[in-house]
Amino acid sequence: MQSTPDEVLIGRIANGDRLAMQVLFARYHVRVFRFVVRLVRDEATAEDVISEVFLDVWRQAGRFEGRSTVSTWLLAIARFKAISAVRRRRDEELDEETAGAIEDLSDDPGTVLEKKDKSAAIRKCLMGLSAEHREIIDLVYYHEKSVEEAAEIVGIPENTVKTRMFYARKRLAELLKSEGIERGWP
Amino acid sequence: MNAINEEPEPREIEALLPWHAAGTLSPRDANRVEQALASDRELARQYDLVREELIETIHLNETLGAPSARVMERLFAAIDAEETRAPRHRRWFDLGGRISEFLSSLTPRTLAWSATAAAVAILMQAAVIAAVVVKEQGSSSGPELASAPSEGSYAVVRFAPQATADDMTNFLRAYKATVVEGPLKGQLYRIRLSETRLPKEEVGKIIRQMQSESNVVGFVAAKE
Repeated sequence: MQSTPDEVLIGRIANGDRLAMQVLFARYHVRVFRFVVRLVRDEATAEDVISEVFLDVWRQAGRFEGRSTVSTWLLAIARFKAISAVRRRRDEELDEETAGAIEDLSDDPGTVLEKKDKSAAIRKCLMGLSAEHREIIDLVYYHEKSVEEAAEIVGIPENTVKTRMFYARKRLAELLKSEGIERGWP
Repeated sequence: MNAINEEPEPREIEALLPWHAAGTLSPRDANRVEQALASDRELARQYDLVREELIETIHLNETLGAPSARVMERLFAAIDAEETRAPRHRRWFDLGGRISEFLSSLTPRTLAWSATAAAVAILMQAAVIAAVVVKEQGSSSGPELASAPSEGSYAVVRFAPQATADDMTNFLRAYKATVVEGPLKGQLYRIRLSETRLPKEEVGKIIRQMQSESNVVGFVAAKE
């Protein structure tokens, strides 16, 4: 059975249809949450952000023009809200968090074991990337966004999307090298 | 060379590998990448690394879990609060939604939003029909497309793609017919032929006459 297209749900939400809102929420809240939690690195904050995202959808559905897909629109709203949430935190708090993340990379007791486990090491290094690099990698690999869609969500030119992805991958290779995994690239 | 990073820019095809692995390239670009992969062993090796990264990125994201049920409760509490403060007014005739749903039921999701000439033509036709419906129903019965009452005689009709607004209006007037429901699946509209139930033979005669007007209608059939 064919499910109701996202754009139709948005049309119904614009008319105050709560059921359509529930369907859209059920369809996307996990993906939006995962996108946000990777940016804000805190589940409670991510939950606050996705509430705000879907409340915005409820309010703004009538303005959705369909120039992009609904999922791209949602991720663009989520990104904006996530960045605002991060900015609300104090700088010191962010510094501590970043330092903690770097420390985690080298001091984890399981490091020696994980070095032998390439998959685990890749995942660990993916977590060690900067927010900018994590974001582009997640959008392309996990959220299956095209060059054009990623450009729209992040708000950068398409060529910059490609270049950013390239350097995110390069940085990942460097982190893996520092973990003792030589991939032969770049 | 990149002046800032002093790093070489990625080759064009090389830069597209992540999107090729994710399956989000256009057919043309995907074909270009496939051809390059077939003839460039170094590129093919790098593509293996890309796929490795893709798999682990998915794995990592899938382990991030899901938000708690509180999020939905909180969201709908906020929506309720907003509605209590300032209830939104339903659009009296959700033409856009109906057209969107209608198009979406016929085509892939993306087509529903593409401004192709065909879609515009259908949209125009739907808009014309909607206008006719509103006009026919007048203010006494309200602007919503009402479900057809059980009394009377009915037919389903699909207008021809080339039919103009005048063609459709004249057609309905000629048969004293009124659109009572639609668009239904398959671009069909339910029309009322008479407010009283006509004999079967009479309905059959009207339907045959309507079917002869192939420049205006593509399909007509009696409907109980």
